[in-house]
Amino acid sequence: MAKEPIIFPSVKRGDVILQARGITVGFGDTLILEDLDIDLKAGEVLGVVGASGTGKSVLLRSIVGLLPRRSGIVKVYGQDYDSAEHAVQEAVDRRWGVLFQNGALFSALTVKQNVQVPMREHLRLPQDLMDELARIKIEMVGLPPDAADKFPAELSGGMIKRASLARALSLDPDIVFLDEPTSGLDPISAAEFDELLKKLCETLALSAFMVTHDLDSLYAACDRIAVIGNKKVMVEGGLPDMLAFDDPWVQDYFRGKRARRLNESLES
Amino acid sequence: MPDLVILQDNSDGMKLLAAGNWTLENAADLSQQLNELEQRVAKSGAGPLIANITAIDQIDTSGAWLLVRLRKQLLARNSDLLIEGMTPDREILLDEVFESAAAVDAEPAASQRWHPMDFLGRTVASIGYDMSAKTNMLGRAISGLFTVLVSPRRLRIISIVHHLDQAGLRAVPIIALMSFVIGAIIAQQSAYQLRYFGAEVFTVDLVGILVLRELGVLLTAIMVAGRSGSAFTAEIGSMKMREEIDALRVIGMSTTDVLVLPRVLALVIAVPLLTVVANIFALLGGAMVSWVYADIPPIEFITRLREAVWLSTLLVGFIKAPFMALVIAVIACSEGFAVKGSAESLGRRTTASVVKAIFMVIVMDGLFAMFFAAIGY
Repeated sequence: MAKEPIIFPSVKRGDVILQARGITVGFGDTLILEDLDIDLKAGEVLGVVGASGTGKSVLLRSIVGLLPRRSGIVKVYGQDYDSAEHAVQEAVDRRWGVLFQNGALFSALTVKQNVQVPMREHLRLPQDLMDELARIKIEMVGLPPDAADKFPAELSGGMIKRASLARALSLDPDIVFLDEPTSGLDPISAAEFDELLKKLCETLALSAFMVTHDLDSLYAACDRIAVIGNKKVMVEGGLPDMLAFDDPWVQDYFRGKRARRLNESLES
Repeated sequence: MPDLVILQDNSDGMKLLAAGNWTLENAADLSQQLNELEQRVAKSGAGPLIANITAIDQIDTSGAWLLVRLRKQLLARNSDLLIEGMTPDREILLDEVFESAAAVDAEPAASQRWHPMDFLGRTVASIGYDMSAKTNMLGRAISGLFTVLVSPRRLRIISIVHHLDQAGLRAVPIIALMSFVIGAIIAQQSAYQLRYFGAEVFTVDLVGILVLRELGVLLTAIMVAGRSGSAFTAEIGSMKMREEIDALRVIGMSTTDVLVLPRVLALVIAVPLLTVVANIFALLGGAMVSWVYADIPPIEFITRLREAVWLSTLLVGFIKAPFMALVIAVIACSEGFAVKGSAESLGRRTTASVVKAIFMVIVMDGLFAMFFAAIGY
């Protein structure tokens, strides 16, 4: 390789790996997010919840640079992403992976080829090694081996999510962003996905930023929860913090019928 | 950077010292080094290899896989790889990769090797399938027309008007411009050639007959195929990709009524009208060049045109227009329904739609020419 790769200092579990400060995003006259602060720590799964239209996905897209911000900075490994050199930005891009809501697999490529796209773009690896690594990733996310040579159109919804996760993990990132990974999955597949995420976070020392609606996911997979509302993070912390927080929406969400059932089942 | 791999040959056996970053960045190097090392170990025929991974700074899935791969290679030679210096984190990672490694040996999908007979067979089969699909669509369009005749309430007027606007009205400027230029070019070329014989005045005959009989309708059809045929295929194709077609079926709406018929009818109405536009502007272009270039004043152009052109000349052109429109619309719709899930397939089908439509339009023009010659019209 011509230039020395940029290697970020390795972070310990619990260190802040991604720091967003003063995020303000708006379309036209309406502000979606205003002066929002949020942190992601290494090795944790952060669940981001909020009512529809509060800007959860907007926050995710803004952090990974798909939506322009009015103001605010995002620091990854302590470096300001926006003002960093292009080479540093590219290096950061390699350290995170994104799972989009609808998978966003490249429809003209097989699952295996989809997983290899980031490797091909960023690294020079022999084809047989890429094949082996892709197959391992595909197996790790729980897809059957024969899915490797299938096209996205031939996969079910759950398989698409898994394949998309395999692509997001292709370069062994430190951070994965997940936009409603369990939406549209049956409860069992969703629970499996939560398990999977938890397991991957353990094995690969991943940190995950997960936008979700799914209470089960919050209970099963998330280490910390942030509730978005009124253009800000209303409350963040563990489940007890959520239950103690005095806001009608948060109370409804975490103390509603569905939630009560879960709480009871957790207690028993 | 320290060496990633060092092989120590002690008296009590071989030992592998691993160091540095066993990550994707170094995976290509590492893979090669480990393969060479494996050859050396195999040649020496020593017992189990011991790998010490204490000095590794970072290890990711790729590094873990390379270790696992080495172990599998050694196991296949009745040897083994023992790992020293394991930490709990690394053990989880290595175990996980080792478990997943079975997938690597899984039978890859039967690779399709190119074979001439296989290719020929597939091509013939796809041509046959394509012809039946087009015939099927033609049948659907025609039977749709008859059902509409029986129950006019099923006709979707708004949809037809929308497509008339898109495919007809909005095509007028480009078709007018194109025809004007083509008419001018034909007039210029014929005037130039006929000048040798002192028969420049026959430019009018040439332009009039060529434009009205053939070129007006042909160029219109080609432009419509490129403009609206591609749009029809892309519209129906993306509806297919997003399961909108399935939704229509489930709701109990006929895709023929909703999607095919309005498009077919709109084109069958629009193409003859656009042909009129094309004819007028091509003659205008021809008249202008005749005037400027061949000194035939417009009055003389018109007088000459009335002698040269019969009503049949005009009709021969017009009769073809609705048939060409039908062919374009049927091909475009049928290609749209043939779109599969991928974006690539949408692109391929749109290309195929335009290419096939233009080809069929030209073939039909030839057939019509033979037909009219045979009946002496």
